[in-house]
Amino acid sequence: MNKLFTEKSQAIFWNNNTKAIQRMLDYDFICKRKTPSVAAIVHPTSSASFQKFFFGDQEIMIPIYKSTTEAAKNQPTADIFLNFASFRTAAEVSLEATLIKSIRVIMITAEGIPERDTREINMKAKESGKILIGPSTVGAISPGVFKTANIGGTIEQIVKSKMHVSGSAGLVTRSGGLFNEIANTIALNADGIAEGVAIGGDRFPGSGYLDHLLRMEKNNEVKYFILLGEVGGKAEYEVIEAYEKGELTKPIVAWCIGTVVKHFNTTVQFGHAGASANTSIERAGTKNNAMKKAGFIVPRSFNDLHLRIKDLYKKLAGEGIVKAVEPTEYVIPKLPQDFSSAKKEGVIRKETNFICTISDDRGDEAHYAGHPISSVATPETGFTIADVISLLWFKKRYPKWATDFIETVIKTAADHGPAVSGAHNARVSARAGKDLVSCLCSGLLTIGPKFGGAIDGAAKYIKKAYDDKLEPKEFVSQMKQKGLAIPGIGHKIKSIKNPDLRVKGLKEFAIKHFPNTNLLDYALEVEKITSAKKDNLILNVDGTIGVLMVDMWKSLNYSDEEIDQFIECGTLNAFFVLSRTIGFIGHVLDEKRLNMPLYRHQFDDILYDVPTAELI
Amino acid sequence: MAQRAVKEYNCKHLFSKYWNEYFKDFKYDFQAAAISDSSELEEESKNKPWLTIDKLVVKPDMLFGKRGQNKLVLVKKKTVGDIELDDVIQWVDKRSKKNVTLLDGTTGALNHFLVEPFVSHNAKDELYISATTEEEYDEIHISKYGGVNIEKHWDKTIHIKIPVNSTEEDVSSLIQNKLKDSINIPNFNTFATKFYMFFKDLHFSYLELNPIIFKGNQVYLLDSVARLDDTARFIMDKSWDHIQFSSPFGQKPLTEEEIMIKKADEASGASLKLTILNPKGRVWTLVAGGGASVVYADTISDLSGVDEMSNYGEYSGNPSTEETYTYAKTVLDLMTRTSHKENKILIIGGAIANFTDVAKTFSGIILAIKDYTEKLKEVGTHIYVRRGGPNYEEGLKNIKKACEDLDIPIFVYGPETHMTDIVRLALKR
Repeated sequence: MNKLFTEKSQAIFWNNNTKAIQRMLDYDFICKRKTPSVAAIVHPTSSASFQKFFFGDQEIMIPIYKSTTEAAKNQPTADIFLNFASFRTAAEVSLEATLIKSIRVIMITAEGIPERDTREINMKAKESGKILIGPSTVGAISPGVFKTANIGGTIEQIVKSKMHVSGSAGLVTRSGGLFNEIANTIALNADGIAEGVAIGGDRFPGSGYLDHLLRMEKNNEVKYFILLGEVGGKAEYEVIEAYEKGELTKPIVAWCIGTVVKHFNTTVQFGHAGASANTSIERAGTKNNAMKKAGFIVPRSFNDLHLRIKDLYKKLAGEGIVKAVEPTEYVIPKLPQDFSSAKKEGVIRKETNFICTISDDRGDEAHYAGHPISSVATPETGFTIADVISLLWFKKRYPKWATDFIETVIKTAADHGPAVSGAHNARVSARAGKDLVSCLCSGLLTIGPKFGGAIDGAAKYIKKAYDDKLEPKEFVSQMKQKGLAIPGIGHKIKSIKNPDLRVKGLKEFAIKHFPNTNLLDYALEVEKITSAKKDNLILNVDGTIGVLMVDMWKSLNYSDEEIDQFIECGTLNAFFVLSRTIGFIGHVLDEKRLNMPLYRHQFDDILYDVPTAELI
Repeated sequence: MAQRAVKEYNCKHLFSKYWNEYFKDFKYDFQAAAISDSSELEEESKNKPWLTIDKLVVKPDMLFGKRGQNKLVLVKKKTVGDIELDDVIQWVDKRSKKNVTLLDGTTGALNHFLVEPFVSHNAKDELYISATTEEEYDEIHISKYGGVNIEKHWDKTIHIKIPVNSTEEDVSSLIQNKLKDSINIPNFNTFATKFYMFFKDLHFSYLELNPIIFKGNQVYLLDSVARLDDTARFIMDKSWDHIQFSSPFGQKPLTEEEIMIKKADEASGASLKLTILNPKGRVWTLVAGGGASVVYADTISDLSGVDEMSNYGEYSGNPSTEETYTYAKTVLDLMTRTSHKENKILIIGGAIANFTDVAKTFSGIILAIKDYTEKLKEVGTHIYVRRGGPNYEEGLKNIKKACEDLDIPIFVYGPETHMTDIVRLALKR
């Protein structure tokens, strides 16, 4: 074959490098290729069986396989293998590809493959008649037909460098960065390239300048060659020899970079691994002179290279070998812009579906209400759990008395033994073999108006009575009239004589540290009335937490409307849920470690009263 | 990096480590002391009794050859083989940490020496064996005329080409066919085969023993030269005993900044390289890309003379903003330490990138320029920029605006300008 790639060439791409693959498909689109140039992706660790890409404005699915052999079996027409494995695995991956019959060209991008491995791959590729490009390269391009991965750069740059339509230069370089550079130079000074290859910076490239030039010699679209060599190695001499033997007949513009190296006798490593001159014939200057002597067009320095290309093109145009450069008639299909880049440029806008006002995970580090996580996480930041709660629940940093109170609440309500309904449910679920989250949820789902929910109710009713300036006595009698128990009042066991020490602790803390405790004072007045009626109608722990939370917010200058909204949202309940989660998890872990059998309630603990259903 | 030279001590150590695995028909006593001064030698002599018993040889072990011709091998006072520990101590004391200029003009301080037992032998028993790598084959070179005059007798050297994929059996028969029994040492062909396998398995790219002496089945490696393929480190690190490569003799030790960039390079997936050539030079570069950096260096040395070229370096492989910031800051710090009789020139160059995000890498450079604004002005810096690639318009616009806001003279060009033309423009002004 006289051409490296055809419009039918399709790649198997090793590694799911979505950016590079999308660039190939975008290139296909502007070149009006009928089929995508990537047929398959090989990604051994991927669990997906395909990856979505854009082909123009359409979405397509490219299959993902676990091995190259499998990919080739399923995509027998794919003849190009693009090896994007890391230097650690690239050799092994390439060796597999050399064994596959349908693969004709292998490109290896990794830099730093051991030389011995590279040489072995080179030999295997040669033996099996495959063209190996690389290692350490961006690959090759046949404008308008096919390109490997990132070569040519962005689509805009490709169009600017005329790499989307075939020209008449055959370009070979070592470096990938300079490949683009020279392609651009050719576009500015001639009609672009017909085929171009960057052979890669390694000491032992799989294919050399000459391999490609000999093929291009037979390709009628290539009218002249451009060779950008480098200090080190002797590959340029092979080209000279072939030229002198008449195997290469097209004019060659050539330059070897690295003339500076002669000034340094110590080993400053210039550029690529292959770029060190062991002998004087490997020096750039020596090679430039030799090429000039052989009849190549060699500029005075790199800075004049574009002028020599321009001269040659003019001469060839004069001889009718190439056409004079004219504005191209090729209409480039408009490539739809990616949403993200259009957004970045500010040319489009889109309505959002969500709003978030508490945290932000864009940028280098996620933030809690403007504080990077690292600035609140470790002890020396001075932030406690309650500080984090105040940031994420209330978007404020609370003073210490308030965060101390929140922590006291959390610690106080964390657990109340295995017998309470939530903990019991969590334990029963654990014994049924459910996972931790299910068991926890079973406990949490029990929390409601009767279990744990009194905090909300207490805050709501007592606050309303206080706000309405009801006398405590009046409040109690109104509730009685309505037939409602006052939430937060009453305890099964505890009484005035036998006070709940948790309540005592909370009250004492609040009286000592809160700026004021108006609602608590009010609630205690209510308690006086109720407990006078019955000894155990005391302000219980739920009630205390509820009213003190309100006192806390009032002291923090929240308006009544804001506090009411907190209560409506279930914020008070949230403290109980958060706190009790600690206990529930404890019960679940305990039960799991104990590994007790499935729980079944005893018959004798159930009153069975089951009449036969009536027929209606 | 690719091929790295290995000190003689390390090379012989590797031989000794794998000796029984490869050369079980032969015997090799690894007796060597690697020292940097005489006090280390005295310390070593406590654990290595042969140092006080045997006659000795001492020479620098610093990756340069022709030590005999440079008169840097001590084998005799009056007659060959009469050197004892005290003589070595005196000899080392006289040379340790002192500069020496070799016949090839390289100058450097001597600080690594190799002390070994003296091996009495006849010059005609000195053999030569080496292995080299070419693209499609390795080559074993064997000569009966080993020793200092090997080059003179190079035409008598036997060369055996070993194709890359050869098995040990292939190697053995290739050697047998070529060598037959021309080396009159029992089992020598097996030795040569194993020598090659050792060379291959341990990822050497060059290995030379010259001379090597056989006395019965006892082998003496009198001198060795070796290079390992550093890219194989990820496979071989343990087998190589975590070897640390040294810089070539005469190379200036790395500066603090060079070490810092080297470490950043090793820690990054991108490439960051920096070599300081002349800290007082006029032209400084921040160039992207291995190939482009060479072209800029060529052009600067052509147009300004190599003396004004202050640094060589490159960043590539889409480094992060943070990485380019660190890299640029290091260069700006170096370039603003001394002033120059003319204005300083900073070349921010590069070819048209394939996938490196120009705007992103430039934002790191801009941050560094902001940090060094005053210092850059003090040395009268003029900045010349030329770059293309992903987001280059944005990158160029940002750097231009930043420098204009800071009142630093800047000249910015894109892919429409020939890559190296900014060097010409900068020097013309």
